[in-house]
Amino acid sequence: MKTRRSFRLWDIFYIIMMIVPLAIGMVLQILTKPMAEGITLTGARIFFTIPMPLQDFYVTESQINSLLVTVTIFFFCLYMTHGIHERVKLKRQHFAELIVEKVDGLVNENMGEYFMGYSPFIIAMLALSAVSSLSSLIGLFPPTSDINVVGGWAILVFILITYYKMKCGPLYYLKSFTEPIALLAPINFLSEFATPISMSFRHYGNILSGTVISTLIAVGLSGLSHLVLGWLPGFLGEISWLRVGIPAVLSIYFDVFSGCLQAFIFAMLTMMNVAGAFPMDEYEKRKQRKQIKKQTT
Amino acid sequence: MELAIGLILGACALGAGLAMIAGIGPGIGEGNAVAKACEAIGRQPESKGSVTTTMLMGCAIAETTGLYALVIAIILIFVAPNLLVDILVNTMKSL
Repeated sequence: MKTRRSFRLWDIFYIIMMIVPLAIGMVLQILTKPMAEGITLTGARIFFTIPMPLQDFYVTESQINSLLVTVTIFFFCLYMTHGIHERVKLKRQHFAELIVEKVDGLVNENMGEYFMGYSPFIIAMLALSAVSSLSSLIGLFPPTSDINVVGGWAILVFILITYYKMKCGPLYYLKSFTEPIALLAPINFLSEFATPISMSFRHYGNILSGTVISTLIAVGLSGLSHLVLGWLPGFLGEISWLRVGIPAVLSIYFDVFSGCLQAFIFAMLTMMNVAGAFPMDEYEKRKQRKQIKKQTT
Repeated sequence: MELAIGLILGACALGAGLAMIAGIGPGIGEGNAVAKACEAIGRQPESKGSVTTTMLMGCAIAETTGLYALVIAIILIFVAPNLLVDILVNTMKSL
């Protein structure tokens, strides 16, 4: 179908704005990384510090990169929903509807009707986590391999879990600690804090282990190629030939598969924990009781 | 002084290696989970999708103990040596 000129211009603007943040990240990477380092394994580099009363606030690579990823996702969403219409005009609308329907189905299956408002939150978490992990493919520092980023998400989920446990009043929440017997209260209290820790460690450990193994393989292969193919004349001997292609095959598992799987698992665990924390029967009972009281008065 | 620093580095590396013995457990557990999932799919091929999703979830949760060991090993390799050597140098200075 024919589109107006301004429509196409907006499309081009959205696509450019999708690519620009990632390009900014790559330029920052090139500008700030010291050349002499070679292949090294470092944490997130600190760009600058803002002095604060209690402790200095470090602005690191992971924060900048996660902000850039957020901007990319934002413009991707704008692009997908641009020109959306009741009678489908553009092909991309089918794709957008497919994503929304899949996530709605997932949330409905795992959390139930009551939590249907959660599907935007879940898809946001999925997209942020997946794109953050996949950003290592273009050479950026993946924000998910920093525990502070993933820990922040896990704390968010922890607050949600506690909110839904408090839904039947604080007394009911405190009583839930003494569930099988009162003796187990300290262990139940500890297991409350184990959820965010295990969630953040799982995601961060998987991505970081992929990075560590990729780096080790790259270093090992460059050493091996100097040993085996070092006799080649001139500059041919200086190029590490074995590093061409072989790390990319491993990166399919460690970066692409593992990153997408961990994003899916983080979203799944969020859904299960939040839905499991909500005492549905008790809540319904209390609601009915309140309604009966209202009717009698 | 050099001996003490060497001891710290060696002990950190040994500790990291020993911590990763914990990788045995998740390996066996995930192998069991995948074997059972294969059996289930062989018996009921039409339930492949849900079995695979559940298996991946279970594998991820079984992996957690191994990942705790990994985090400890990474801290021992990348963070602990600098920290411990700094403490050593500071105490030597104050003596």
